Amino acid sequence: MNILDSIEKEQMRSTPDFAIGDTLKVSLKVKEGDKERIQVFEGVCIAKNGGGIRETFTVRKVSYGEGVERIMPLHSPLIADIKVAKRGKVARAKLFYLRDLSGKATRIKEKEYKAEGAGKAEASAKKARAEKPEKSAKAPKAEKAAKAPKAAKAKK
Amino acid sequence: MISGIIGKKLGMTQIFTDDGRVTPVTVIEAGPCAVVQKKTVPSDGYDAVQIGFLEIRESKANKPMTGHFKKAGTASYRHLREFHGDTSDMEPGSKVTVEIFARGDKVSVMGTSRGKGFQGVIVRHHFKGGRATHGSMFHREPGGIGSSAWPSRVWKNKRLPGHMGNGSVTTRGLEVVDIKAQDNILLVKGAVPGSPGGIVIVNKI
Repeated sequence: MNILDSIEKEQMRSTPDFAIGDTLKVSLKVKEGDKERIQVFEGVCIAKNGGGIRETFTVRKVSYGEGVERIMPLHSPLIADIKVAKRGKVARAKLFYLRDLSGKATRIKEKEYKAEGAGKAEASAKKARAEKPEKSAKAPKAEKAAKAPKAAKAKK
Repeated sequence: MISGIIGKKLGMTQIFTDDGRVTPVTVIEAGPCAVVQKKTVPSDGYDAVQIGFLEIRESKANKPMTGHFKKAGTASYRHLREFHGDTSDMEPGSKVTVEIFARGDKVSVMGTSRGKGFQGVIVRHHFKGGRATHGSMFHREPGGIGSSAWPSRVWKNKRLPGHMGNGSVTTRGLEVVDIKAQDNILLVKGAVPGSPGGIVIVNKI
């Protein structure tokens, strides 16, 4: 193998499979003096850049009303863990439009998953959809309304 | 041991340091080099060793060089260079490897810069040039290059258009980030002159 590739491969860590729009819980190692602790940064993944060892991802959250974004190298040793809290369904590879939105408008539709990934919220959303299959025109609106309180809860 | 080695620039990448920082590094395949000739004060007037890098077939070397390598009893090499330093423990045939370096060493790296061809003064000497519009007739020219009555000639070293690049360039003060002795690999922080595949001289400073 090419030596450059092998040097890069040596440092790559196994990372979870996540996509743009997913809500992530990133555990970061923070050094204070000679102590090390874990700080969790939770937010929406709004961008991924680069590939291989150079890959980075951007996580956005709103903290005390102020938007905060962190760009992190995917294979950084300072990242202890990345957990996918929620799978989002989005139509963009970069969610920079979220910067111009606030409050309810920043909600992202949750992706439906059959297997383990889907939580309770997912199931209830499915149920709501199943109950109103006939009113095809109004159905999406009702679904939105049903999802609203759930999304708000998840944020907290 | 001498404090320098001949190597080949392989390219650049990045690595994570122990404290989690991203460091840009140049990967250099350095050595193994063999001492081809030892020069001493009695015979040559100075102490030095000539080392060879990149082994080639014997038939690839010309006749005078083949004789030179035969005298040393070594294989034939494509690149030869002299290094000064403490040569007391070195004889023709002894090896020089990347192990002469240690992590944290400061090195200077000399290479041949990429050729840029014939360039004007803006690219070659960072002249400002003139404005593009409003009737300006002065765009990318060098402007005046001297006075008339005296000296009535152009000063030496006047910065003018000409050939740029493809010359020897040294970058000093680079840090050795890592050494992979089994692959003869040297990781140096930052960029070094030349294209990937170019021959570089790495010296401890």
